[in-house]
Order: sequence, then structure tokens, then C-alpha cells
Amino acid sequence: MISELVINAFLVTVMLGIGIALLRTRTVIFTVVLTSAYSLIAALMFITLDAVDVAFTEASVGAGISTILFLAAMAYLPKEEEKNLNSQILPAISCMVLGGILIWCSYDLPEIGLLSSPIHQHIVPDYILGTRDDIDIPNIVTAVLASYRGYDTFGETIVVFTAGVAVLALLKNNTKAIKQNNNKSKKKVGKHA
Amino acid sequence: MHKNPILRISTKILFAPIILFGLYVQFHGDFGPGGGFQAGVIVASAFILYSIVFGLDEGKKLFPSNINLFLLALGGLLYGGVGIASMILGEEFLSYNILGSTPQSGQHVGILLVEFGVGLTVSNVMIALFNAFVGFKSGKDK
Repeated sequence: MISELVINAFLVTVMLGIGIALLRTRTVIFTVVLTSAYSLIAALMFITLDAVDVAFTEASVGAGISTILFLAAMAYLPKEEEKNLNSQILPAISCMVLGGILIWCSYDLPEIGLLSSPIHQHIVPDYILGTRDDIDIPNIVTAVLASYRGYDTFGETIVVFTAGVAVLALLKNNTKAIKQNNNKSKKKVGKHA
Repeated sequence: MHKNPILRISTKILFAPIILFGLYVQFHGDFGPGGGFQAGVIVASAFILYSIVFGLDEGKKLFPSNINLFLLALGGLLYGGVGIASMILGEEFLSYNILGSTPQSGQHVGILLVEFGVGLTVSNVMIALFNAFVGFKSGKDK
């Protein structure tokens, strides 16, 4: 119990440190790398909550591939962010108030893993028994993801597909438009000459 | 393209094990942590590593764009197809029980196919996004 407390305290401290560093840095590449590190710490945090599937996803998607995609997209951005000259007192106060409310509400949450808490009473017993009897695979997460919530996962897959196609359509059209523009400007130059 | 021999050779050594690990995560998802989303990202990372080290053109030679786009659509179609198949066999959309001789084996087949569809779509979307971002020519530099 005490070791869990120490580990959680360490992870939260590192997260806080990364958050403060993120606020202070203006270089885009540092922002990308720090976000990746933040995701990795979040993945460790999911492991302490025994949610290995979520941790795996967070580590591979949050810390891995999204960092690579950010770096690939970063080549088209300025190297440094512009300094924000607006007053930051109002955002800071609203963040603090919201954070305070969230912390205050968290005292009403049931203890993690408590069997008598509502989420473990409603449909979860059916899923646990059904995964053994009806589906017969050991990993309950996969059973819920692919079978009980198959519609949702289908929707997620289509969302990923649509996002990919949308980005491809945007970038492809842009390359064509640039080519046409270049051709036009060349033609114009030719006429003037 | 990197001239550094350490990068080039270690990429060639790592490429196959990364894909093998991706396949393990993909098909072991029923028994341990893992599944289509994670496996897709891991397989995509192998191809992206290859593209980073050897250049986008070499990466496209290894994995042509038209196959990439074909597999990107095939993943979603496979997922939907499993649903349609269970409808044709007389059950509801995405009810896998009918797909095997017993309800349990039907569930196994359905989950395996569905996860494979997810993995195909995710990995190919990631590779396509990386190719699109890197191959993008912005209007400023001609």
C-alpha cells in the first residue's frame, strides 16, 4: 500500500514537472518531446491502476506514433511559438477554480476496486461471467471491445478510416492546386515576357 | 537518407522483429493485453522507421501507396463484412455466435477477424498519414 503511494506520488510529481516545463518552453520540438514523455508517464499510471490494455494503447499511440506524426507535421510549422502577450490572470483563475472543483468532487468517488461501487454492480458481473461462459477467452477487455461493444469499435475503426481519408484528400488536393498555380504563374510570366 | 551505417543496419535488423511483435500483439489479444489498435500502430512504426532511415522513396518502394490505400479500406470492409456475414447467416449485425460450429468458436472467429480489420485500418492509416505529411509540398518552397 505504501509502495503504491510512493509510486503514485513520484508519477504525479514527474507529470507536474513535465506540465510546468511544457508551459515554459517555446520551442516546438521540445513541446512535442515533452508531450510524448507525458504520455509515457500516463501509461505508467494506467499500469498502477491495473489497466494494462489502456496503458499499452497510451504508450504505443500517445507516446509513439503521435509523436512521429507531430514531428513529421512540424516541418511546416515555425520553429518557435509566438509569445502570448494577453493577460493570463483570467485563464489561470478559471483553471484553478475548475481544478479545485474537480478535486473537491473526487472525494465523492468510490475507492478504486471497491466491489460495492455502482460500476461493479450494474452490468460488469454479466460481462465477467459471459466472457467465461459465452465467449470463452481470458481477456475480458478484448471480449468487451470486440464482442459486447462491437458496434462502438466498428464506429471507432470508421472514425480512424475517415480521418485518414480526410487528411489524404486535403493534402492531395493542395499539391494539385500548387501545381496548377505554378503552371498558371509560369504561363502569365510567359505572356508578359 | 541516413549514411550512418549503425542506423541503417540496426533498422534492417529491427524491422522483422517489430513486425513479428506486432503480429503477436494482434493475435494474442484474446489472451493478454493487446489488440488491433496497438498492433496496427506497432506494425506501422516498423514501416515508418524504414521510411525515416532510408527515405520516403525507398519506403514507398517497400510498401507501395496503392497497396497501402487498398488495405486501408479493406480493414473497415473486413469489419463490416463480418457483421454482414452474421446477418446473412440469420443473426443480428455483428452477432458472432453463428460464425462457428458452437457459439464460443463463432465468437473466437468473429473477434479474430474483427481485430484483424481494426489492425489493418489503423496501421495503414498511420503509414498513409506519415507519407502524406512527409511528401507534402507546401506552397511556400517551390
